[in-house]
Formats: sequence, C-alpha cells, structure tokens
Amino acid sequence: MNPAVDPIVFYLTIFVLAVFVGYHVIWGVTPALHTPLMSLTNAISSIILVGAMLAAGSEQLDWGGWLGVLAVALVSINTFGGFLVTQRMLEMFKKKEPKSSGKGKE
Amino acid sequence: MSANQLALWYLFAAVTFILALKGLSHPTSARRGNYFGMVGMFIAVVVTLALIYAQTKNVLPILGGMVIGAVIGSIVARRVHMTQMPELVAAMHSLVGLAAVFIAIAAVNNPEAMGLHKPITGLHKAELFIGTFIGAITFSGSVIAFGKLAGLGKHFRPFSSAPVVFPGQHWLNLILGVVMIVFGILFFTASEGEWPPFIVMTAIAFLLGFLLIIPIGGADMPVVISMLNSYSGWAAAGIGFSLDNPMLIVAGSLVGSSGAILSYIMCKAMNRSFISVILGGFGGESATVADTQQKTVKSGSPDDAAFLLSNAENVIIVPGYGLAVARAQHAVKELAAKLTAKGVNVKYAIHPVAGRMPGHMNVLLAEAEVPYDQVFEMEDINSEFPQCDVALILGANDVVNPLAEQKGSAIYGMPIIEAHKAKAVLVNKRSMASGYAGIDNPLFYMDRTMMVFGDAKKVVEELVKAVD
Repeated sequence: MNPAVDPIVFYLTIFVLAVFVGYHVIWGVTPALHTPLMSLTNAISSIILVGAMLAAGSEQLDWGGWLGVLAVALVSINTFGGFLVTQRMLEMFKKKEPKSSGKGKE
Repeated sequence: MSANQLALWYLFAAVTFILALKGLSHPTSARRGNYFGMVGMFIAVVVTLALIYAQTKNVLPILGGMVIGAVIGSIVARRVHMTQMPELVAAMHSLVGLAAVFIAIAAVNNPEAMGLHKPITGLHKAELFIGTFIGAITFSGSVIAFGKLAGLGKHFRPFSSAPVVFPGQHWLNLILGVVMIVFGILFFTASEGEWPPFIVMTAIAFLLGFLLIIPIGGADMPVVISMLNSYSGWAAAGIGFSLDNPMLIVAGSLVGSSGAILSYIMCKAMNRSFISVILGGFGGESATVADTQQKTVKSGSPDDAAFLLSNAENVIIVPGYGLAVARAQHAVKELAAKLTAKGVNVKYAIHPVAGRMPGHMNVLLAEAEVPYDQVFEMEDINSEFPQCDVALILGANDVVNPLAEQKGSAIYGMPIIEAHKAKAVLVNKRSMASGYAGIDNPLFYMDRTMMVFGDAKKVVEELVKAVD
C-alpha cells in the first residue's frame, strides 16, 4: 500500500467498484422477483446494524450509547423481518409438485 | 481478533451479499440467495459482537436490543399480507434511515467508541453529514410514503394519495436544500461546538424528506418506493464511509444501485421521466375525461364470458391492481385451473406496474399458487396476442390502453400489454371510470370487446361457476 494515498481513496475505489457490481447483478434479477429483491435489499441495508452495535457497545453507556441500543433494536426489525419475509415470498415461488387442481404432470 | 481478521470476515460477508442478489436471477436459485444473505449478516453480527466483547465487554444492551427487534421483525414478517408488502417495505426503509441518523448522532457524541479520532476530522464529518442527511430524508420520506400506501389520507392530509401541492413548493425545497448544505459545511468546518449546526442540518433534512414526498401522487408510488430503497442504501454507504467500514460501503452501494435501477425500470414502464415524478403533482384524483361523445360499449353477463372462455384455445389473463384490491387472485387461479382442465391453454401477462411496487403482481399470483411458468412479462408475451382467442382483462386499464401507440395522446410511448390484438377481449371493471392517467380507453369500445361490469372477485367467482 502506498502510504501517500489517503485511505478515503481506497474507500472510494471500493465504493465505485461495488456500484458497478451492483449495477450488473441487479439487471440480472428476473422482473418476477423484484418485490423479493426489494425486501432482500432492505434486509441487506440493515447491515448498518454493525454501526449501531459499535455505538451501543461503548465503554460507558451514556445517552449516545442508549441511542445506539435503540438503533440496534430498530435495525434488527429490518434484519429479521427483511430476511424472513423474503423467505416467505420465495417459498411461494417454489414449484408445487402435486397440483391440487387442474391437470397434474401428465 | 486482529483488525485484519475482522476486515477479512467483513469481506466474506460483503461477498455473500453479492451472491444473495445474484441468486435472485431465477426463482429456483432465489431461496439459496436469501440464505447467503442470512449467513453474511450472521457473520457480520457475530464478529462485531466479538470485537465489542474484547474491547468493552459491554454486549448485553446490544443483545437486548436485538432480541426486541427480532421478535417484532419476525411477527411482522409472518403476519403481513402480500397486498401490504409496499407498506411494509416503506416502513422498513424508514427504520434504516432513522437508525443511520441515530448512529451519526452517537458518533458525534462519542467518536472514540466508533473507532474515530476524538476531534472528528473534517473529512469524517463530511461523510457523517452525507450519511445523516440521506438517512433523515429516507426516514421522513418513507413515513409519508407509508401513510400514502396504507391509505391514511383521511386521518392526516400529507398521507393523502392525491398530490399535496402548494405554490412555491419547489423553490422552498431548493432553498431548504441549500440551507441544509450550508449548515453541513458549518458542521464540518467547526473545530468545536459542532452540535448546533449538526442539529439544524438534521432537522432540515427531516423536513425536506417530508416535503419531497407529499406532492407525489398515488400512481407514482412504485417509483417512490424504489427511490427510497435506493436512498436507504446510500445512507448505509455514507455511514460506512464515516466509520471506515468497507463492508458497509459495499452493502450500501449494492442496495443503492438496486433501488436506482428499479426506479428507472418503473419510470420507463409508466412512460414518465424521473424528474417529473420527483416534482410530483400527478395522479391520485381522476381527471375528467375530455371525450364526452357517446360511444357504445358491449356489456355481457359472466355466463356469456364463461361461454367465450371455455370455447377458446388460448386465453391470456391480464391482471391489474384492481384484481389485487378485490383480493380475487385465488378465484382467478381456480378459473385458470378449470379452463386448463378443459384443455384451454392459459397464460398470464404482467405489466411492470401492475401492482403498487416492482414485481408486486408476481408475488400476489405466487401467493395464490399460480405456477410461475404460466406467468409472463409484458415483452415476452406481447407477440402472442394475435394468436390469442380471448384476452381476459381484470382490473387493469392504462396498461392495456392502445392510445399509447397513438402520437399526441397523453400516454403516447408508454409500453402496454397489447391485449387489443387478441381475437376477443373480455374486460372486467367496476365502472367506466378512467384510470390513473385520466384518459379514455378505446379498447373498451372495440367490436371484439365485451365488458363484464362488477367487483373482480364476484365476477371471477361467477365465471368459475359458469365454466362448469
């Protein structure tokens, strides 16, 4: 690593590359799954839970620390709710083998 | 755990998030994708907990907060109706936005706990500023979007699905935006006493989120919800920059670009420019139909429609949001099954804005156990309409309006489902009222068209009975 380069430049590099990866991966998502995509990205954006945890885990729990605890609780709703509701939706897209009505496989 | 180990675990988590999104490219790999996401989140949380335990041992409040969130989240995820998905997603965006603001406040209050220098450097303050204002706008904007989607306009006017407009609105927003940036600059140039500018800036951002969303009408909600999805991602990325955390930057950018792409797709499907959606004032109140000249429509009973359907070879069902409102998806599935049993080939055609959020109609049909291989996107099925004997349109209007192909009409250029090319068209609507675009639909007056008036659920149930 070149010590003359500010860390922010590395973060910007990561950011720009991640946007490109996102752009290409998202265009590959089938339109039928755009709603699960939205709930899944919702769950993924709850990764700021990591920041909330750092705030909540400070040495002495002053008001800022408690604000962190509150943020942990709020974002956890997203983390759990987001992944679970996505799971619930994707289960619906499962191929049903024994069809209840209509013609079956053959 | 060394800082390097931590960073490598975070890299692993970032990769799983990419794989999670990649999984959604097909329904068969989608569940695996979701599991990847869960694994990544689990690892990120566990290593962060281990780090905090090693540093301060202060993990109990965190675990307490997580348990509360987990219980609420799990209950909501299990109970929510699929028709309420847009509201749920809006509510979740607001939580991410609010949490981003809280984290930024905590970081200003106690920078060392977040691994920052005690007087925060100007650069980190600038990054905190970005994370905070995007978070605040996401929060208040999503609350308004939630209210509009949940139909709470009766209780609180800004929640009205009709656009809330007043003179000078855009100028006010622009001035507020500039003032917010000025206070942001004051915040990151201040060597001490950074609280007053920080508080003013955050308050303006909350107000701005509120003002930006109220003028946007109900019809444009699919764009708004995708846009707020994007904002919540950028807020997370902004927090990632300020905390020097590449994983947050990657995850935030993935979400941000996802929301941006979905907004673009929705705008295109509605033939609206992104700017005109943002400026708002469109949709909600149904405009008066200019064309008052008397035209005759052929209307028929469900029995007539059932006769047509059961004698057809190929039937394409075009579901619109009216179908979802009437909760008729299950009845439609039953009808399709009965027709299939009679040897009729049944397919579904979905317009990108058939629901109130991207892909909403697909989920509603999947919930009714319609097999996904019978469900086709607009571009894939449009070429089949000339060979289609009956197009059955249920609660859709603007998305099948052939005026979109006519130069000079209000919706010229909007991609539509070409149901008018079918040999016969059956349309179920509650009345002859116009759709969101507020224009008449010549499809209803064609010789080959038969209208079946009534509530979608009742009509479809009667069709099911009559097909026997």
